[in-house]
Amino acid sequence: MRRTMLFLPGNTPNIIINADVLGADSVILDLEDAVSPDQKDAARILVRNALKYMNFGSCEIIVRINPLSSGMWKEDLDEIIPLRPSVIMPTKVSASYDVEHIAAYITEVEKKAAIPEGSTQIMPLIETARGVENAFHIAEADKRVCAVFIGCEDLTADLRCVRTKTGTEVFYARSRVVCAARAAGIEAYDTPFTDINDKEGLRKDAEFAKGLGYTGKACISPRQVDIVNEVFSPSDADIEYARLVFKVIAEAKAQGRGAVSLKGKMIDKPIVDRAAFVLEMAKALGKGGADHE
Amino acid sequence: MVIKQKAMAGTMESSDCLVYVEPAADLQVEVSSVVMVQFGAAIKKATLDTLAELGIKQGFIKIQDRGALDCVVKARVETAVRRSEKEVQNA
Amino acid sequence: MSKLVKSLEEAIKLCGLKDGMTISFHHHLRNGDFVLNMVLKEIAALGLKNMTINASAIFDIHEPLIDLIKQKVVTGIETDYMGRTVGEAISGGILEKPVIFRTHGGRPGAIDTGRTPIDVAFVAASQADDMGNCTGKFGKSACGSLGYAMSEAAHAKKVVVITDELVPYPLNGFSIPEVNVDCVVQVDAIGNPAGIVSGTTKITRDPVGLKMADLAVQAIIASGLLKDGFSFQTGAGGASLAAAVFLKDIMVQKQIKGSFVMGGITGYLVDMLEAGCFRNIMDVQCFDLKAVDSLAHDPRHLEVSATHYASPFTKSSIVDSLDVVILGATQVDTNFNVNVHTNSQGIIMGGSGGHSDAAAGAKMSMIIAPLSRARMSLVVDRVQTISTPGKTIDVVLTQRGIAVNPRREDLCEKFKTAGLPIVTIEELKARAEAINGIAQPLKTGTKTVAEVEYRTGEIIDTIKNIL
Repeated sequence: MRRTMLFLPGNTPNIIINADVLGADSVILDLEDAVSPDQKDAARILVRNALKYMNFGSCEIIVRINPLSSGMWKEDLDEIIPLRPSVIMPTKVSASYDVEHIAAYITEVEKKAAIPEGSTQIMPLIETARGVENAFHIAEADKRVCAVFIGCEDLTADLRCVRTKTGTEVFYARSRVVCAARAAGIEAYDTPFTDINDKEGLRKDAEFAKGLGYTGKACISPRQVDIVNEVFSPSDADIEYARLVFKVIAEAKAQGRGAVSLKGKMIDKPIVDRAAFVLEMAKALGKGGADHE
Repeated sequence: MVIKQKAMAGTMESSDCLVYVEPAADLQVEVSSVVMVQFGAAIKKATLDTLAELGIKQGFIKIQDRGALDCVVKARVETAVRRSEKEVQNA
Repeated sequence: MSKLVKSLEEAIKLCGLKDGMTISFHHHLRNGDFVLNMVLKEIAALGLKNMTINASAIFDIHEPLIDLIKQKVVTGIETDYMGRTVGEAISGGILEKPVIFRTHGGRPGAIDTGRTPIDVAFVAASQADDMGNCTGKFGKSACGSLGYAMSEAAHAKKVVVITDELVPYPLNGFSIPEVNVDCVVQVDAIGNPAGIVSGTTKITRDPVGLKMADLAVQAIIASGLLKDGFSFQTGAGGASLAAAVFLKDIMVQKQIKGSFVMGGITGYLVDMLEAGCFRNIMDVQCFDLKAVDSLAHDPRHLEVSATHYASPFTKSSIVDSLDVVILGATQVDTNFNVNVHTNSQGIIMGGSGGHSDAAAGAKMSMIIAPLSRARMSLVVDRVQTISTPGKTIDVVLTQRGIAVNPRREDLCEKFKTAGLPIVTIEELKARAEAINGIAQPLKTGTKTVAEVEYRTGEIIDTIKNIL
């Protein structure tokens, strides 16, 4: 489950020690923008030690590394990969080559550290115009790519427009990225909502992203986590419907019927898959799943 | 590794520590902490362990601790030592 | 007739103050108080010695006490709270006789019953008339409720009212009547209103604090106590105040009409009153200027004496009607005893205040605190100082789990049903140790620098000097 990904600065111990209790499904320990240029080394080593010695419970740890253009990304990977973060998040990924390049280096580091090749996944941050246009190729570029994540703040700078709450200017990009992700069979995560004090705006934005098909959304403050979790959790109605789907399938099977319909809709594979996913989430949330095949 | 020049790492924020290193003839570690009684020994040990891992046999290392966990102390010590290695002094 | 005298010196002489006597002060001017220092300076100048100070609380602004102790002008202290500046000196052993720590309910009880007689009470008031009717509600140095001054004003052998704003007789809206007042002194300033604002009266922005506040409200709802007629008290810590804000939102949303909110009153509790969440505020002290203003103008905001608030030597006090109290702690042990007197180094930096009283009276008393503060675990085998006994503490809530006192099976069941993260207190301790490592024990000296007197008068712990 990755309804929320919470950004935390990678060089601030008193925040990192509480990372796992802030309610987010995943935490992004940031070596990039949240760390000042003269502290990149300190952050890298601190995050490495945090991965090595701290227990984050069931909270997934993602590490956002410095961009390919910076020359620091290799040092980031050298330090971090051996400690087996779940996911690496490279920034400003603009083409499939970027992913291939990073993936190749990760493979090298994994080999050197004697950890199983392919252990570390990649979640490219797409925040340039080229990245948006190349989204499908990026999504497909390597087996390691588990999801794509769109960052609209930097994107609007590249698009040369103003970032707004209604987000018309990034509508195409958001749709394209989620489409690319699904075409490649992977997940998609939406850009953070930057007004920390606007709870209503956050909820609307999260609901909009969910409506587009996003799996979850990034948060830049712990105060956003509960709302985004709520939006991306299946509602009781969703769970009820999912249970019903499997119920009618079982009934149809018992009666020897092939085609199944529920509420006027044919139950085909995508609906079944979605229902299974909903029940898995429900189970993880303690709302009880259902036994199903 | 050798401590070639003065260097610092970390901060005085809660749960962090400030580490200062400089070249010296022998190995000396000085610790001050807001939780000196409870964790002074642990902090010193974490520091010495890290120095040993890095092969540092000489140097003056001063830790000003604000309740940092061992892994944070180790990270800051390592960072300071690696900074002291570089030819150009870090800010 | 007029009780007005020309100077503090004259007032002191008129009261016949002698070596070895006990004098009292209230702490309603908090860290903006000028009066305690002013009076003691006079007393020292007059060559008096061996005075015992009975102050409802001592703040950092009272630093001059340290020298006066060294000069033996002051040789005894009785108080409900002591800030770090004076506390550290006491922990160092400068006072021969142990400090007596009482609670906000125990102190007035001891004064009312004559167990701690006061020779001269110095009552600072922001307005007074020349016969001694006085109040803290109005005036440039308004500090709000004078709850902690009322017992000594009624029972001390002599009472001196010190004001910086004299008004024509009779003072409208007096809090303390003239009947036991001996003389009135006017000074330039009794205190600095800006210093009245307590150290922590802003809601926390820390995400961990907010998370705990949210959990606390869920716990209150799960307890079944949140319904019409609900009564509530909260401490002044950032997370406690956040809980008050969240509670207000729920009460407004669910249209729950509570009965009263009490305690040390902050602007957040005034917001709850004004939002219609409660019928009344029972105010024994004001923590900020919004509370001061509300007391002065809102008839639903009631000033109460400390005796009424929490003295166990009454037929009943307000804490007896309290549903829920949220409190802080520096430490909690596996028997649920709470420490609010000393820090991790054994240094005095607090005191019960109303902690023990509210915990004893409330139907549910809940400690909210982070599991670790700068590597120091909240939960320990044995607290450095027992401020409030475990039998009166029901819930310990941290960001890494909630522990319920085994005496409260009922609450435990309700919390579990509500899906709250319940663990044993031992598990909380283990979690803290897993993160922080095991702390080496603190060693303290052998000299008793303070005695902790429970609200009912028995000594429940002693505090030793630091090494």
